[in-house]
Amino acid sequence: MHSTAVMNPAQKTQAEASGDVSAGHSVWGTSIRFTIVTVLLLGLGYPFLLTGLAELVFPHRANGSLVVRNGRVIGSELIAQSFTSDRYFHPRPSAAGNGYDATSSGGSNLAQSNAKLAQRIQADIDKLQQQNPGKSVPIDMVTTSGSGLDPDITPDNAYYQASRVARARGLSENAVRVLIARHIEDRTLGLLGEPRVNVLELNLDLDNLSK
Amino acid sequence: MTANGWLQFAVYSMVLLATVKPVGAYMARVLEGESTWLDPVLRPCERLIYKLSGVKSDKEMNWREYAGSLLGFSAVSLLFTYVIERLQAYLPFNPQHLANVGPDLAWNTAASFTTNTNWQSYTPESTMSYLTEMAGLVTHNFYSATIGIVVAVALIRGIKRTRSGVIGNFWVDATRTLLYILVPACILYALALVAMGVPQNMHAYTVAHLLEQPNPAQPALTQTIGQGPVASQEAIKMLGTNGGGFFNANSAHPYENPTPFSNFLEMLSIFIIPAGLTYTLGRMTGSPGHGWAVFAAMFVLFTAGFAVCYWAESHPYNAIHGAAQAGSATAPAGNMEGKEVRFGIAGSSLFATITTDASCGAVNAMHDSFTPLGGMVPLANIMLGEVVFGGVGSGLYGMLIFVVLSVFIAGLMVGRTPEYLGKKIESFDVKMSMLYSLIFPFIILSLTAAFVLSPGIGLSSLNNPGPHGLSEILYAFTSGAGNNGSAFAGLNANTWWYNVMLGWDMLIGRFLMMIPVLALAGNLAQKKSVPPSPGTFPVNTALFAVLLVGTVLILGALTFFPALSLGPVLEHLLLKAGQLF
Repeated sequence: MHSTAVMNPAQKTQAEASGDVSAGHSVWGTSIRFTIVTVLLLGLGYPFLLTGLAELVFPHRANGSLVVRNGRVIGSELIAQSFTSDRYFHPRPSAAGNGYDATSSGGSNLAQSNAKLAQRIQADIDKLQQQNPGKSVPIDMVTTSGSGLDPDITPDNAYYQASRVARARGLSENAVRVLIARHIEDRTLGLLGEPRVNVLELNLDLDNLSK
Repeated sequence: MTANGWLQFAVYSMVLLATVKPVGAYMARVLEGESTWLDPVLRPCERLIYKLSGVKSDKEMNWREYAGSLLGFSAVSLLFTYVIERLQAYLPFNPQHLANVGPDLAWNTAASFTTNTNWQSYTPESTMSYLTEMAGLVTHNFYSATIGIVVAVALIRGIKRTRSGVIGNFWVDATRTLLYILVPACILYALALVAMGVPQNMHAYTVAHLLEQPNPAQPALTQTIGQGPVASQEAIKMLGTNGGGFFNANSAHPYENPTPFSNFLEMLSIFIIPAGLTYTLGRMTGSPGHGWAVFAAMFVLFTAGFAVCYWAESHPYNAIHGAAQAGSATAPAGNMEGKEVRFGIAGSSLFATITTDASCGAVNAMHDSFTPLGGMVPLANIMLGEVVFGGVGSGLYGMLIFVVLSVFIAGLMVGRTPEYLGKKIESFDVKMSMLYSLIFPFIILSLTAAFVLSPGIGLSSLNNPGPHGLSEILYAFTSGAGNNGSAFAGLNANTWWYNVMLGWDMLIGRFLMMIPVLALAGNLAQKKSVPPSPGTFPVNTALFAVLLVGTVLILGALTFFPALSLGPVLEHLLLKAGQLF
C-alpha cells in the first residue's frame, strides 16, 4: 500500500516526517483513553469553567435574568408568563405545555394547511373584533410563538391592548400609550430583528403607575 | 418582504465574507501542524492528551486506519453516552431528579449526537440531567464537529499529496481541532452569549411567583423556569453545526437565543467554520481561486434558498387568516405562527435557510408551521446534501464529491479523462462519489416509504393531516440521514420504531457516507500529479462555479422532486385553492 513519498519540497506535510505507514495505535485502547480524557476536559472542565466565569462576570444573566420584587422571584424578564386580567397586557398565546410552561417549551407545530390552525386563529380574531370593532388585529396576537415563552409583543399589539388596560385601571388611554412608547425596543443597531415590547417589564411599570 | 429584511441578509453576508480568509487561514495552520499564537498555552496540553491517550503523534495513517480510528472512537463515545443516559438518575448533577432515559430513546439520542445530527425525540428540559447534557451530549457536540473537520482535511490532503500512502493521523487532527479551534472559540462565544442573557448555572429550576395573582385566597400561581448550563452547550451547538438544543424550543427559546444580536451571532457561528474551510481548501491545495469558486457556488445556492423562504413566509394564504396579515411599520406582514417577535419573518427565514444549508438543525422558529413553500426550502436544502457551506467539514467534503462529479461531467463533455487539481479522476474515484450520492437518497426514500405505508407505526405519530403529513415523515428521515436534526416537530418521533430506525438512518447517513470519502482521499493521495494541459477544465473560474451549482441542483432535483411534489408542492397548490385538512 505504501509507496515511497515523492513530494514537492514546497509541500510541508506531516507525511514527510513519517516513513512508516502503520500508526501502530490500538484502535479500542486509544479510543477509550481519548474518550475518558476528553470527557473530563469537555464534559466537565469546560462547562464548570464557564459556570465560574459567568457567575463572576455576569451573575444576573448567568442565573436566568430573574426579576425579584419584595424579595421574591416573580419571573424572568426573558420568559413570558401568563396574564389574563384586563388590568395587564397579555403576552402572545402559548403552546408550551398547557401554556407558558417553562419546563416544556415549544410551538403548536400546526401546519398552515391544518384546519385546526385556521379555526383557532379565526376564533381569536372574531373575539377580539367583537370587543374592539373596526380595529385590525396584529397577527402576533393570534399566533403562538416558537418557544411558547416569547417575552415580547409587537408595538402594534401593545397599542391594541392600551384602551382595555386603561379602562380597567381607570387611567387615561394616553398615559398608557406614553408608557408603551417608553418600552418599545427598536431593532438592534436599527437593523437586526424587529421592534418589540417586553410584556413583563411593561406590566411591572404599569403597576408602578397605578396599583 | 421588507427592505430591512434584505438589508439584514446583506449585512450578514458581508460579515460572513469578511471572516472567510482569517478563519480559513488559521484552520489551515492548525491542521498542517504549523505553530499558532496559542502554542505557549496549548502545546503542553496537546502533548499531555497524546500521552494520556497513548497517541503516537508522529505516525500517519492510511485511509483504512484513519477510518478505523474514527469509527472506533465514535463507537466508544456512543456507548459511553448511552450508558450515562440510562444511569442518569443514579449519577450526580441531576437537581431535578430526572429519571433514567429509556433504551430506545437513549439509543436514538446517542446515535443522534454521535452523528452530528442532534435530532431530539424528547423535551430536553424535562428529560436530560445536567450531567447527561454536559458529559454525554456536549462532548459529542465537540467530537462530531471535530470528526467532520478532520475528514474534510483528510480529503484535502488526499487531493494535495502525490504518491503518498498516508492521509494524516486521526488522533492528532482531532486533538488539534479541539484544542486550537473549537475549545477557545467556544469559551469566548459562550461568555458573549451569557452577556446577552443565556443562563449558565447548575441550580435546580427556579420557581417564580407570578405577578398576576387573580385570586389571593388561593395558592399562589407559579411558573417553574428551566435553566442550567445552557451557554456552554449553546456555543458548541452552533459552532459545531450540531443543533441539539438545551430546551425543546431550541434557538427559539429566549434562554438559548435572547436577542436579535444573539440571533445574528448564532447564524454567523453556523457558517463561520464551513465557509472558512473553503479558504482552507484553496490554501492547502495551493489553489486559492478554487476555494473561492467553491465559496461562490455555495453563496449562490444560499441566496436562492433565502429568497424563496423569505418570500413564502411573507406571503401567507388567504384560506388561513388573510385579513389579519396586513403589515405596518412596526409589525411585519407574514406568517407568524411558530415565530418569535424579536426575530420576525426575516430573521426566522434566514435562520431556517442557514441551519439547513449547514447540517446544524438548530431552529429559531417552528418549521412545521412554515408555509408549504417556505418549509420546503429547509427540506430541499438538506436534500441537496447540505453542501451550501454545510456542516463543519461534512459540507466541504460533500461539496467536493459534487466537484468530482462536476469535473467528471465536464470531462465527458469534451471527451477527455477528467482531472481535478492535477489528479486524474478515474473509475474508482467516480464510483466512490456515486456511492456517496446514492446512499443518501436510498436510505431517506426507502425509510420514508416504509413508514408512510405503516399506519400503526408511521402515520399514528403525525400531527398534521393531508400532504403535510407526508412532509413530516419525509422531513424526519431526510433530517436524520442528512445529520441535520431540525424537524417538522409536530411528528411524535418518540416511539420505539421511530427512535430505532431514525437512529440507523443517522448512523448510515453519517458513517457509510464518510467511508467512501476517506477511500477517495486515500486513492487520490497515492496518485501522481499531472501538469495542467489545454484540455484541463479549470476549477477556479465562474464557469466552474456555475457547473457546480448545476450539478448540485440537477442531482438533488432529479432524486427528490417526486417526493417533494407529493408533499409541499401539492400542499401549496391545494392551500392556494382554499383547501384545508
